[in-house]
Amino acid sequence: MILIGERINTGFKKIKEAVLNKDGDVIKECARQQADAKADYLDVNLGAVSNKPEDLCWMIEQVQEEVDLPISIDNNKFVMLKEAIPICRKPPLVNSVIADEKKLDELLPIVAEYKASIIGLVMDESGSPTTADKRIEHAGTIVAKFMEYDIPPDRLFLDPIIMPLKFMQDQSVEILNAASQFGLFTDPPCHIVCGLSNISNGTTQKGLINRIFVSMLIAHGLDAVILNVNDTELVNAILTADLIMNRTIYADSYLEAFRR
Amino acid sequence: MKIPEIRTTSKSRISTVTIGALKADGGTRGSTITIGGQSAMPHLSFDGESPHPPVIAGYISDIVPDWPDFLKEAIGSEINSPLEWAQKAVEEFGVNLISIKLRGGLAETKDKSPEECAGLIEDLLKTVDVPLIIWGSGNEEKDRLILQECSQAARGENCLMGSATESNYLTMAAICKADKHKLISEAPVDINIGKQVNILLDDNGFSLDDIVMFQTTAALGYGFDYVYTIMERARSAGLQGDKLMARPQLCDVGEEVWRTKEATVGEDILEGWGEARKRGPMWEAVCAEGYLQAGADILIMAHPEAIRTIREIIQ
Repeated sequence: MILIGERINTGFKKIKEAVLNKDGDVIKECARQQADAKADYLDVNLGAVSNKPEDLCWMIEQVQEEVDLPISIDNNKFVMLKEAIPICRKPPLVNSVIADEKKLDELLPIVAEYKASIIGLVMDESGSPTTADKRIEHAGTIVAKFMEYDIPPDRLFLDPIIMPLKFMQDQSVEILNAASQFGLFTDPPCHIVCGLSNISNGTTQKGLINRIFVSMLIAHGLDAVILNVNDTELVNAILTADLIMNRTIYADSYLEAFRR
Repeated sequence: MKIPEIRTTSKSRISTVTIGALKADGGTRGSTITIGGQSAMPHLSFDGESPHPPVIAGYISDIVPDWPDFLKEAIGSEINSPLEWAQKAVEEFGVNLISIKLRGGLAETKDKSPEECAGLIEDLLKTVDVPLIIWGSGNEEKDRLILQECSQAARGENCLMGSATESNYLTMAAICKADKHKLISEAPVDINIGKQVNILLDDNGFSLDDIVMFQTTAALGYGFDYVYTIMERARSAGLQGDKLMARPQLCDVGEEVWRTKEATVGEDILEGWGEARKRGPMWEAVCAEGYLQAGADILIMAHPEAIRTIREIIQ
């Protein structure tokens, strides 16, 4: 399972203030905590705090000074990405692009050039899909562009677009059905990723809903997740679901072993 | 249309383990052996590298094993002396290292003291200059004492000590750390316990890089099938990023083959199976070759003909 730590995001007040005050220590501490919790990528999200590439690059630099994990650049604007991708010390994950030919044509050349990976959201300019079929159709558009640019499919992370359970209850089954089809496009298959916390937005049982839904997604092929990697119970559920899917080898101390 | 290049790329490598220490490194060995380092499954050279070929360890026991006469004859009268047997295995059979079992330490055999066993190890180190694999008697309680003495006797020689299990790993880790030896982690044909023993050793500060895994060995039927599958799965998991399983693997082919009826008894019992004298070494060679494909790095072998066959295959 590929764990993408979501905490370096200006949506969190502490991070927002750190970016405004250029207080690198706060970013570094957040990076260290997520690295210690065994994140595979660290998502860096400048949000609406600034639209200057140098601010995004500053955040990335802070992370890279503290840990040697690859970065997930949470931005979809070419002007920002063309500055941010080259300063990444390890091939980054671009988060994200939608199933729009123009946008894909803009971003995929730089993704190919820097051997980066990219998250493909299965939606287009008209908005989020509401059926499994529409999600699969968008996924096909993205996969076809990947082939056109000769980028190996395992550098694509398809995101089936998670909708809040509380407000769109019928969507969860559509998401699961779509996810189970994504792996059939290519060999080797692309990755399947999601921004998990959307599912529990507005609910009173966030932790429980996140744990159950991620386990169900894993049973439908999910192998990467954007999450709070310091949520021990959530990560334990993921590790256990991975075992149940026979993707990792069981040992009595599998939880402890993961955290060593 | 462009034909896509389909390759299985591994996320990690199997660790590299060196056994034996030269004079310059504080030992007295004339040669060392290095195993592991693979980035692909066995024989799939187009997927990655296998920088260190598998090695053969000569099976030596401090008492004459309960083996068929044709095997004892093939080894020669030297089988009566572990020192002469070891020397012959190195010089004539061409093994890369020696695996010595101290079965004489068992109460029901010779009940040798730990000091006697250690004395033999000292003599063995003077007789041959290849690296050693040292096993106890097979009785866990007594082996705590035997292996401690033998470990000290071979201090600095960077031997491979056998073996750490779920019940004795603390003692074995302490012994091997103190005397700077490598360690075999053993599990009873159970990949989950195999992984757990490695976790336990790692938890107790024993470096995973000093471990060779032993999933035990089988030489027949379902047993062979189980072990083959476990070794293959362990290797595959190791290459795909499971650090706990990314370790070289050992097979004790000699021990297991020469316990099977199928490899040892004559045509009077197994009618139509062919002469045991021919069938036995073929059985040992075929079993070893199977394990090479599963991901074996060290094969412990006994019959000189089987050793020769496998040496040729490896070369």
